[in-house]
Amino acid sequence: MSTPKMVTSRLGFEDSFTIDRYVKTGGYQALRKALKMTPEEVCAEVTTSNLLGRGGAGFETGRKWSMLRANPVRYLVVNGDESEPATFKDRMLIERDPHQLVEGTLISAYAIQATQAFIFIRGEFALGLERVLGAVNEAYEYGAIGPDIFGSGFSVDLVVHPGAGAYICGEETALLESLEGKRGYPRIKPPFFPAVIGLYGEPTVVNNVETMSNMPWIISNGGAAFAALGAGRSTGTRLFALSGHVKQPGNYEIEMAKSTFRDLIYNPDLGGGVRRDNKVKAIIPGGASAPWFGPDQLDLHLDQDEVAKAGSMLGSGSVVVMDEETCMVRAAWRIARFFHRESCGQCTPCREGSGWIDKIMRRIEDGYGREEDLDLLMDACDNIAPGVTWPPQQTTICVLGPSIPSSVAWSIRMFRDEYLIHIKEGGCPFS
Amino acid sequence: MGGFTPDNLVKAKEIIGLYPKARSALIPLCHLAQSQDGWLTPEAIVEIADLLDLAPAEVKGTASFYDMLHTEPVGRYLVGVCTNIACMLGGAYELLEHCEDRLGIRCGQTTKDGKFTLEETECMAGCDGPPCVTVNYRYFLGLDNQGIDQLVDDLEAGRLDNEIPPHGTVYRNSRNVGLTASPTQEPQAGGKSSQIAQPTPTKRGAK
Repeated sequence: MSTPKMVTSRLGFEDSFTIDRYVKTGGYQALRKALKMTPEEVCAEVTTSNLLGRGGAGFETGRKWSMLRANPVRYLVVNGDESEPATFKDRMLIERDPHQLVEGTLISAYAIQATQAFIFIRGEFALGLERVLGAVNEAYEYGAIGPDIFGSGFSVDLVVHPGAGAYICGEETALLESLEGKRGYPRIKPPFFPAVIGLYGEPTVVNNVETMSNMPWIISNGGAAFAALGAGRSTGTRLFALSGHVKQPGNYEIEMAKSTFRDLIYNPDLGGGVRRDNKVKAIIPGGASAPWFGPDQLDLHLDQDEVAKAGSMLGSGSVVVMDEETCMVRAAWRIARFFHRESCGQCTPCREGSGWIDKIMRRIEDGYGREEDLDLLMDACDNIAPGVTWPPQQTTICVLGPSIPSSVAWSIRMFRDEYLIHIKEGGCPFS
Repeated sequence: MGGFTPDNLVKAKEIIGLYPKARSALIPLCHLAQSQDGWLTPEAIVEIADLLDLAPAEVKGTASFYDMLHTEPVGRYLVGVCTNIACMLGGAYELLEHCEDRLGIRCGQTTKDGKFTLEETECMAGCDGPPCVTVNYRYFLGLDNQGIDQLVDDLEAGRLDNEIPPHGTVYRNSRNVGLTASPTQEPQAGGKSSQIAQPTPTKRGAK
């Protein structure tokens, strides 16, 4: 039995982004079906599907919806700020199947009875913004957006909102601040999550692009059919963004929990193996914020809970493969530098810690490191995320800070010898 | 230059009308201003502040947070080379060095003729074709040194101007339906959103 393609079924068509192709391939039927159900019934299907949020935190979508505070005004905000290093699945969905995203958003807006929805798209996605803006215009003309959509009595507006270049706006409360026209500073939570106090202080659901793109399939085929795929809590299919030293980098939609990292990397229909048939040295399993895995962990399944139990996360669904010719110090430094550049600056441990870590890592890579630098790095990590454990402890408002040790501390733990060679030989042995 | 052109002023008001609260239009209006002038001029900041009933410092203070909003002039083509992890593994730093040599500028600088600004970017989600190069946010994946030379030649000769608008124009289309000033939607369970005042542009310090 082949696994159904839930979010990538249309991508083979050149004109996959047009409303003609979308409607010809069954588009907007799920929305029509949803509008004939009660909002509670739509919510129930999503809860049954056990769809875990595809943005990074992996929270159950149905449960998130159920936590919304009762209020006359509710907002739905779609998070299309995809900026997690090596994650490129949402860009594909945004550019190549924007109507699927729009339909999923409309279904969800109806389910939570939000009459105003926003799709926040990363500003750098120029083509994506054009495509989704075009799709919203088309869908409005088609009667799917606006007053009394498809004659159902339900009215909803959908605004495409461009970001302006800030990784932190992928964090949901920073995204809401940005959508309110402010600097992207994350808000303190708890006590108040967006479901209670969100956009303009009203209850708000923030869901990821891939999460929304799954909605048409779930409503058309039923939550139970979705839940029948995968295993445990990891149901349905998921897009995995594979990059780094593999022969065929790309986005692959595969059934959750059934394949392993090894399958993803080596299967001829997926990654196709490592370049030059080299050995895997390390992988980053779920975005730059995730602790690294070694070659002995490749047989873990692509299952959210299994990966969490093994000490990392499936996160944003991206997998970076680094082969034996890769300098681990340089790789970890580049990720540390990323967090330093993208720290919003609100919290001292993150703002200052990331800068010092960047500098110390750079000095080791350049051959000016000292042996005590390794302890210094671990101490800096400990100040950001006490104990340097996974999941991390937090001294900061948001989780950007505690993501910094994931590359630094784990690479030191896994490849201490390589750090020491840099220090003893006064330079990078790989350059 | 004095803020928005009359056409763009109409567009700006349409954009403001899309949001329940006017300030939400701040970033879209900054993009609009950049599409007009190539960067966020002091005049545009004042006009955006007027339209949103904010102080200019609030607009500038917000804009300065975001990498894409430039409060100083930028080259006609903003060339970005991503050096984040996936692109670095694909040779991005070597390619960035070549870009610097080809353009005769260091990262962060603009060529004397004002044509090119070179930037080292963070992940642009083009990791399946590293290194990921962008020109005014249009993607060029998997280029080698010759590919960069060709790209720069094409840009200098204006051969890509249909594909790549000048810096600042991120999206070339806009919302063109349901643009009435009055909200199209009434909440089903009550009238709270009707209490949210529609933004009325105020003119402070009009020039």
